[in-house]
Amino acid sequence: MHPTRKKRLTIVLFLLAGIAIAVGLTTYALRQNINLFYDPSQIAAGDAPQDVRIRAGGMVEEGSVQRDPESLKVEFRVTDFNSSVLVEYTGILPDLFAEGQGVVAMGRLNGNGRFVADQVLAKHDENYMPPEVAEALEKASAGVHKAGDSSGSESAY
Amino acid sequence: MWQFFHKLGSPKWFFGIANRLMPWLLWGGAALLFAGLIWGLAFAPQDYLQGNSYRIIFIHVPSAFLAQSVYIMMAVAAVVTLVWRMKLADVFVKSVAPVGAVLTFLALFTGAVWGKPTWGTWWIWDARLTSMLILLFLYFGVIALGAAISDEKSSARAVAVLVLVGVVNIPIIKYSVEWWNTLHQPATFKLTEKPSMPAEMWVPLLLSVLGLYLIFGWFACLRMQTEILIRERRTRWVKELVLAGRS
Repeated sequence: MHPTRKKRLTIVLFLLAGIAIAVGLTTYALRQNINLFYDPSQIAAGDAPQDVRIRAGGMVEEGSVQRDPESLKVEFRVTDFNSSVLVEYTGILPDLFAEGQGVVAMGRLNGNGRFVADQVLAKHDENYMPPEVAEALEKASAGVHKAGDSSGSESAY
Repeated sequence: MWQFFHKLGSPKWFFGIANRLMPWLLWGGAALLFAGLIWGLAFAPQDYLQGNSYRIIFIHVPSAFLAQSVYIMMAVAAVVTLVWRMKLADVFVKSVAPVGAVLTFLALFTGAVWGKPTWGTWWIWDARLTSMLILLFLYFGVIALGAAISDEKSSARAVAVLVLVGVVNIPIIKYSVEWWNTLHQPATFKLTEKPSMPAEMWVPLLLSVLGLYLIFGWFACLRMQTEILIRERRTRWVKELVLAGRS
C-alpha cells in the first residue's frame, strides 16, 4: 500500500476508535437514564427514587392480578424472580397484558413500597408461535404439573 | 488484487458491470420478495398472543435490517473515499443515503403501527427506538451535507467523515436491547442460535429480507448509474453512450 494511503488509513482508524471510546463512555455514564425502567430488585434495594415519576418493568406474577369489580382499578405484582413490587393502576390495560407476560408501568413509588402507575405498557418477548403450538405446550406443562408435585403454582395462593 | 480494486474505481467500468447485474438483481429480488411477502402476509400461521398484527414483522424486520446494512456499506465506502480518494465510493454514498433514509422511516413507521396494539403506545423513548431515530437523522444529515457543498471533492470528504462518525450508532442499535432495559424485545433472529419462531414464520421472513437486499442492490445500481452519467457528462464515453442510445 502507498505510504500516504497508509497514513490516511491510520488517521481514519484513530478517528473511529476515538469516537467509539467517547460515545462508549458517555452512554456508560448515562446508563441509568438510558435504561427505560427499574427492575423490582433495584426497587427493593432502594435504587429507585421515591415520589418521582419512574418506570418499573418485569413479569406479571402468576395469580397476582386482582381486579376491583366496581371500577377499573387493578392490582398486580411485578417480579423479576428475585423480588417483586406491588403495582396499582386505574385504567384500560393493553390487550397483551396477562399473568406471566412482561409489562412496563410508569408511575410513582409511594412511601409504603407500592407503585402507583398511570400508564401500563405490555412488553412482548422475542418468541413467536402459532396458537396450536402454544396450546400443545400448555397442555404438556399442565400434564407435568399433575404428574409431578400437585402443590404447583396454585398453592401459592 | 489491487488492480481489480482500482478497476472498480473506474466509473465507466462500473457502468457496464451494473448494466449486466441489474436484471438479475431486479428479477431475483422481486421473486423472493413477492414469495416472502405473500407467504408471510397470507399463509403463515397467526401468533398465539398477537394474532394477525404480528404480520407487520414481514415488512418491519427487512426494512430495519437493511436500514442498518446500508449504513454499514456507506461507512465502508466512506473509508475508501478518505483513504483511496475513489470517486465511485462517493457516488455510492450519495446515491444510497436517501434509500437508507426511506428504509429507516419505514422501519420506524411500521414499528409504531405495531407498537400501538401490542405495547399500548405508538412511541416510547427507549434505547432501541431512540437510536433508530438517530439513524434517520444521520441519513438526513448525510443528504443535507452532501447537497450543501458544491465542490465535489470537499463534499465527498465532509460526507465521508460524517458517515464515519455516525457508524458508532450501528452497534448501539444492535445491542441496545441487551445493554439496557428497553420496551423493544431482543432479536428473534440470531446468528448463533435457532430463531425463536417456527420455520413457517422465519422462512418467509428470511425470503423477504434477502429479496429486499437484492432489490436494494438493483436500485443502488440504477441510482449510481444516474449519478455517474451526471458527473461524467463531459467525458467522451458518456457522449458516445448517449449518441448510441439516440440512434
